[in-house]
Amino acid sequence: MKKLTSLMAGAALALGLGAAASAQDDSFQVGFVYVGPIGDYGWTWTHDQGRLAVEETYGDAVETVYTESVPEGADAERVMTQMILNGADMIFTTSFGYMEATNNVAARFPDVRFEHATGYRRDHDNVSTYSARFYEGRAVMGHIAGHMTESNIVGYIASYPIPEVIRGINSAYLHAAEVNPDVEFRVVWVYTWFDPAVEADAAQALVDAGADVVLQHTDSTAPMTVLAEADAFGFGQASDMLQFAPAPRLSSIMDQWGDYYVRRVGEAMEGNWAQADTWEGIGDGMVGIGEMTETIPEEVRASAAALRDSIASGAYHPFTGPINRQDGSVWLAEGETPEDGPLAGMDFYVEGIEGEIPN
Amino acid sequence: MIRLEKRPTPSRAWIIGAPILAVILTMIAGGLMFAILGQDPVESIRVIFLDPLFDERFAAFSRPQLLVKAGPLILIAIGLSLGFRAGIWNIGAEGQYIIGAICGAGFGLAFYPSENLLIFPGMIIAGALGGWAWAMIPAILKTRFRTNEILVSLLLVYVAEAILAQAATGFLRNPEGAGFPGSRNLARHPGTDNPEIIAGSGMHWGVLAAFIAVIAAYVLLNRHLLGYQIKLAGEAPRAARFAGVNPTRLIILCLGVSGALAGMAGLFEVAGPAGQISIDFNSGYGFTAIIVAFLGRLHPVGILLAGLLLALTFIGGELAQLMLGVPAPAIQAFQGMLLFFLLALDVLSNYRLRWKTAEVAS
Repeated sequence: MKKLTSLMAGAALALGLGAAASAQDDSFQVGFVYVGPIGDYGWTWTHDQGRLAVEETYGDAVETVYTESVPEGADAERVMTQMILNGADMIFTTSFGYMEATNNVAARFPDVRFEHATGYRRDHDNVSTYSARFYEGRAVMGHIAGHMTESNIVGYIASYPIPEVIRGINSAYLHAAEVNPDVEFRVVWVYTWFDPAVEADAAQALVDAGADVVLQHTDSTAPMTVLAEADAFGFGQASDMLQFAPAPRLSSIMDQWGDYYVRRVGEAMEGNWAQADTWEGIGDGMVGIGEMTETIPEEVRASAAALRDSIASGAYHPFTGPINRQDGSVWLAEGETPEDGPLAGMDFYVEGIEGEIPN
Repeated sequence: MIRLEKRPTPSRAWIIGAPILAVILTMIAGGLMFAILGQDPVESIRVIFLDPLFDERFAAFSRPQLLVKAGPLILIAIGLSLGFRAGIWNIGAEGQYIIGAICGAGFGLAFYPSENLLIFPGMIIAGALGGWAWAMIPAILKTRFRTNEILVSLLLVYVAEAILAQAATGFLRNPEGAGFPGSRNLARHPGTDNPEIIAGSGMHWGVLAAFIAVIAAYVLLNRHLLGYQIKLAGEAPRAARFAGVNPTRLIILCLGVSGALAGMAGLFEVAGPAGQISIDFNSGYGFTAIIVAFLGRLHPVGILLAGLLLALTFIGGELAQLMLGVPAPAIQAFQGMLLFFLLALDVLSNYRLRWKTAEVAS
């Protein structure tokens, strides 16, 4: 017991010194709440790249802090509050599941700016939301997949049956079917964003079902390993996955948050930050299309690049009518494009995709 | 040459001293690890153990949070400890926690938007029943077909997680949520919410339930025949059988109680701090509670203290991440050290160390 009390006394002494040392707070502090580990080379890694871009741009004027692998719910609320008590002036919460927590904490700290990724609720003036138009990237991947498949069966590893994922499947299918009317999509729902074993199983099941091109909406590289053995093709997801080029990785769809983070932090520092609902795509650089490898025939590379550029410039919307729903009813008339609202809540397959969305 | 010699009776001094020494050894070994990672070890230990309690910026917020984090851990661990004492190994509290939350939330949402005062008590019962029913699967499989409850209860966690994903994206999804996953918010709706009993204290109904469970378990183990049977079954199974302990009944009871408490913990969490059913609603409480149960030596009061201690390392660990940049895996390793040292020192309450002289060894 004596040992313990003397240790406590020593620590209490250190407490006083530490409090004095960390009291200064002149740089702008930005906190990042991550749902996974920064070493996942997927979703969280891409957000951390954004954080590093902020540090690089503003140097000593900015201090960034982060907490990894924060469970959604009460834990996230606590982490955000602690960040603020520690001096954070702005907080990025980088997972959909932080939506309640972000808005709850924002209500208590009106002077702190919050940026919530992929959510839709901005209950208070100090909450903004942002997301990427990944479906634009999926259109380019679908275009390449439609050209590259010889079995005319394209596999799709889907995470959860939510609008984000369903929109991606629809976009990829429409652009695959555009260049290859015989193409069929096989979708496997794995109910995870990151689980190498499950993703590998799903990839193998799709290969066994005859798929020779597989798209993935999950973050690990495990499907790539399976595709490499099966001589099938795939696309990098979240990060570039360039280590699998030139095959099986044909190209990739990358999350690039850096520009947005740098811009928003800059606005907050200058005092002209305002609530916003941001949804940016290839044109703004939030969605990146990775290098297309030489495994893809040259004319396909050219047409895919043209598609990418026309989406980037705004000349072409990946959902341009006529598009019917799976049941044959009309969704978009000739030449029509959807409003962002319905697009954000998309919960149906387009005509031509077989199977049902689980619910 | 060091030799272990069994003590005739467990040392009382070591039973109390081992956890304290384990905490001290964890601080030393953890400090070394932080030093290797380039952190100031004293500073790191201070941030983890003392800042949440005493730093003027954090304490007012962190102290109540300690109860919020420890509440479910204690409630689940108390249930698990009964079975562990009897040699019945429920490793699937995480699954029972999930099913309890789904059943309790489902009950509450079925009456939405009613604000009837009876809904919340009904949710608690539904949550407990859900967890109980999920634990009955390994219980009945064990008593009928002699399956291993460790494997069955553990594997049912993954089934429960799949059902949770289904609930969040399907049958419990918020109809006004624009197609996004997640149920309605229970915590923001009067009638289905699990509020703080005293505002700002962190003390919600689940924390109260945890305290009641601690007292009830203490009384059960020390003053009740059933408690005696549980202890006897774990320490001397054959003797227990001769003493008329019915093993089937004990298995059903221990798994049932631990399942019900885990289910209740899930319900209190979903209706309070978490607020809603979401895809990743479970955050490992059911597994962490196993550590809490052992850290507390399967003793109710020990579990209470262990739950608070582990909650402290979680909250302090988050502070260490954001104040000092200590990586999250280092915090987890730190928590692992705590369990490691405790189990290692456990030996000393049942054995004593003897230094053998060289001539005997040769």
